[in-house]
Formats: sequence, C-alpha cells, structure tokens
Amino acid sequence: MAGQVIEILDCPMPVTVQDAGRPGYRHLGVPLSGALDAEWLALANALVGNPLTTAALEMRLLGPRLRAVNPVSFAIAGQCEAYIDDAYGQRRDARSWNSHYLATGETLVVGKVHSGVAYLAIAGGLGLPPVLGSRSTYARAGLGGIDGRALQAGDLLAVGAGGTPLLLRLPQPPQVAGGPLRVVPGPQREYFTDAAWTRLLNEEFTVSREADRMGLRLDGARLDHDPAYGADIVSDAVTPGVIQVPGDGRPIILLADCQTVGGYPKIAAVIGADLPRLGQALPGQILRFVEVSMAQALAARRAAAATLAECIASMVPGGAELDLDALYAANLIDGVIDAEQAN
Amino acid sequence: MKPRLLALGDGALTLEFDDRIDPALNAQVIAARDALSALKLEGISDVVPTYRSLTVHFDPLRLDRQALGQHLLDAAQAPPQESALAGPRSGIPGRQSPTRWQIPVVFGDEFGPDLAHVAGATQRSETEVIEALCATELHVFLIGFLPGFPYLGELPQWLQLPRLATPRAAVPANSLAIAGAQAAIYPWQSPGGWHLLGRTPARLFDLGNTARPALLEPGDTVRFVPIGRDEFQRLAAAVATREIDCSAWRAK
Repeated sequence: MAGQVIEILDCPMPVTVQDAGRPGYRHLGVPLSGALDAEWLALANALVGNPLTTAALEMRLLGPRLRAVNPVSFAIAGQCEAYIDDAYGQRRDARSWNSHYLATGETLVVGKVHSGVAYLAIAGGLGLPPVLGSRSTYARAGLGGIDGRALQAGDLLAVGAGGTPLLLRLPQPPQVAGGPLRVVPGPQREYFTDAAWTRLLNEEFTVSREADRMGLRLDGARLDHDPAYGADIVSDAVTPGVIQVPGDGRPIILLADCQTVGGYPKIAAVIGADLPRLGQALPGQILRFVEVSMAQALAARRAAAATLAECIASMVPGGAELDLDALYAANLIDGVIDAEQAN
Repeated sequence: MKPRLLALGDGALTLEFDDRIDPALNAQVIAARDALSALKLEGISDVVPTYRSLTVHFDPLRLDRQALGQHLLDAAQAPPQESALAGPRSGIPGRQSPTRWQIPVVFGDEFGPDLAHVAGATQRSETEVIEALCATELHVFLIGFLPGFPYLGELPQWLQLPRLATPRAAVPANSLAIAGAQAAIYPWQSPGGWHLLGRTPARLFDLGNTARPALLEPGDTVRFVPIGRDEFQRLAAAVATREIDCSAWRAK
C-alpha cells in the first residue's frame, strides 16, 4: 500500500465506500450493494485514471470534510458544492467533472450534494480490504467499507497505488435523462388489478421521506392487489429496480442494499439502464413510469454503455487549473470580482 | 403446476415451480440449481434458490435471455434427490454435499424471553416445547433476509403460532426464533417479530470462513440440541477465540 493517507475531519451525513457491489453471494442472503449510480462512479474513477469500478466515496445530501496527509488527486462526479482550502487560507473551487490535486495539509470540503448522489474518487483507490470480493459498505451486517460502517470524523483512509498523475476533465458533463422511468412488467403483475397497472403508468408518484440505500417508498396512487391473489407471496428473489407493493398499496422501489428475497408481490421493475436515475432520486421528487419491451430494455443497456464509453473517451487533459485560468480571464473581461462564487 | 419463467426486470429471470412451502418443491428447486450450475454459463452473477423458485441474476449483454430461459426450463426437469443426504452437488464453491447440522441452543430465561409465552399459548410445558422442537429435523429452505439467515421448517402443527403483534426493535444476534411453520436464527441483531426461544453459540455467518461464510445452505438439515447456560458460555468463548469452528456443529 502506498503511504498516502486522507484524514476525515467531519462527516455529518452518512458517506459510504462503494464499488460495483458484491455479486455472487445473494444465495447466502448477502445483498448486492454497490454504487447507486454505477455510471457516475465510473466517471469519477476515469477522471483520476482508476479502473472504473474502483471503490470511491458515495455522498448523498452532504459530503465530508477531509484533509490530505500526503498529496493525492481526486475527482467528483455529480453536482455538489465543493472547495479546497490551502495552508495559507486561500480557497479554490473543486469543480465536479474535473480532477484536482490536494497538497499535503490541504482540506477538501464537500458541501451540499444537489444531484441526489455524488462520488468522490481518489487516484489509486482506497486502501481497504475487500470483504467477499467487494469494498462496498453494507452497514446492516457490518460488511465492507471501514469496519462495515459509514465514515466518521477521525477515520484515516489509506490510498492505493496507481491512478494518473495527469489532471483530466470532462468538457461536457453527462446529460441527466429526463422523462418517465422505463419499466417492464414484474413477475407478479397478475396479482394486481388492471386499474392498478394503468395507474402505475399514468399517474405521478412522489419519493417519500422513507428513502435510503435499500429502497424508495413512493407516495401517490394506491396500487391495489387483485383480491383473488392478495398481497402476500411465499418469499422469493428480488433485485434492485423491482417495484414491490405491500398490502397498503404503496409501492417501494428497491435499490442496491435491498434484501435478497421478499414476500410482497412485484408489479414491475425499472430497467437496468435507468437504475442510475433511481440513485439520484430525492425525497419530494416526482417519478413517472412508462412500459417498454424486453428488447427496448436491452437496447437501452447497450446505448447507456456506449454513452458512458463516449463520455470517458471525451476526457481531456487539464483539470481545474486550466479552468481557473479561464475564469480569471473572464473576470478581467466581465469585471466580476468572484466569478467562482457567481458560478 | 408446471414450472414457468418470470422476468424479474431485465437482468434476472425466475423459474417458478409453485407458490407453496413444501420440502418436495424445495428439493426440485435445489435440483434445478445444481443442473444449471453444472452448465457454468458465462454472464451469471448470482443463482438464488428460494422455497419454490430459482432466480438467476445475469448480464443480458453477455448472456441471451431466451437461451438462459431454455436452460432454466431444462434444469426444471432435473430429478430431485431422494433425500437431502444423497450424493454430491456441483458448482457451489466450498461445498461437497448437503450437510446435517446439530446446533446447540440454550433455551429460556434471558436467552429465550418468549419461551413461557409459547408454552402458555400452546398449552404445553416449556420442557415439552423444547423437546418437540429438538426432536424435529428441520429443513433449510432458504437463506435470505440477512446474510446467513436461514428459513427452517417445518414445525409441528401445534407449535405454529402467529408472529408477535408488535415486532421487537432489536432481536439479539444468535437468537433462535419461531413463527408459523418456520424457525430461524438471527445471525445479526435486527428488528424482528418472531418468538424468541433461545440462543446458540454457533456463528451463522463467519467472514473468517471465506469459502462459505454462511453456515447453512438450502438443502441442509438442522437439529437443535439443548445445552445449559454454562455450556453455552464455554462454547461461545471457544467460538470467539476460534478454538472451534463450524465443523463442530456437523452431525456426528
């Protein structure tokens, strides 16, 4: 392990270590876990020259404050407020979709996360031991991450070797798709009335406050079970993206930390290509659904993979430093004293 | 009911045998799991057997959905093994064959706060409840809910009680619990609505055992063996220091 270390100074909201998750253990009751938005995890890693599924910090609502004990470079994917304080009291912007250097003693402060989720990748990755093949944190059973829990003030994170010494940036941040989430009918579609199916596809649903890495409970129209079938099945397998509906008729969309099996009928499932959008969903957000065919779902997966590859290929050398020069030039022209704040 | 295929989203396929809890059905699921695993198909991440269905999580960009579906329907025809003890299974790392387990449990008092209630509700003595439970060979139907959490069945008819009206916020780790026709052991502290009868010193999920971190697997059988408080403390200490490992709980 390289000797580089990051010290967590403050972490008011849960920030967890996540990678591609822990496939291969679901028959033992171990959830998949992993990044809610695997595409942004990949982009954050690409910006620091890491393999795309390297473990990074997943931030929701609010990021951490951390200090570089040794120099490191990092990148943030997602939309958040972030800046670097140097040893001389100078502050500089730590814009997303760019990689940045953090010199010894410098502090990175990630504030509000506006995009629902964001990733902080460190060049070289995090020097943590994989647990069942993954560094993803699954707090309920204390697996992965740092001792199986979210970050805390005082944690020291070792940084792995590797990563690029070159700063990179994405000229064009990835586009966030709008429109309804695409679904295919679920394995227990027949447990629901046709009226419930129509409502799922025609009404708006709101992400409730009961939203975490396990799932999103939705407010909105009741999705009624067909009385001939009822609201209970003998427990069988579930997976992220599945929309299950308990007896109260309120749908729950399962996410990365969902249990491996469940006893509620599953009316539909959000397709794999749209899972990152679920990771970005916040309480209060309106969700709509549209039905697609399996062939369309497959085509969407191919398209998403191609878009991600294009986005990574479009990265150019020149991180924040070049951008700061550009901003400085803009200041001279516009007479704006603090273009960074105005940005 | 004929086995049928159900789409669990675009990255998983479920082979459903029926919607019942039945050891014969579970044996079919296990047989199908073994038949499918033997094919060693590329692009599969997880194969999850449940009471009455087999789910395959796969990458549709690497494995054709229709081809996988046909493999599953073929696997559904695999003959179930006569007994959980017959013959080896393939494709499961770290496992040679289904295993019979004898798991020690200390019953009652602070370890099993619902034992008296269960005795009262079934109009038997506490001793009769313990004896009946320990005399039953339980089948491991499913591992799920929490890492290593086994769904065991089936309990004698008279011992089948509805869940607690109000679930406990925190069931202590290693608790033995019953509800309906089922028994389970909580490998982790967790909320839970089942009746707590006792506690085991055995580790149900052990990261130190990387080949097979979950002690039990579907198809295994379990018998509980009553132990005293002193024996529980002795075994728990030996487990903590790794003086004894999971092989200690194999049936002799």
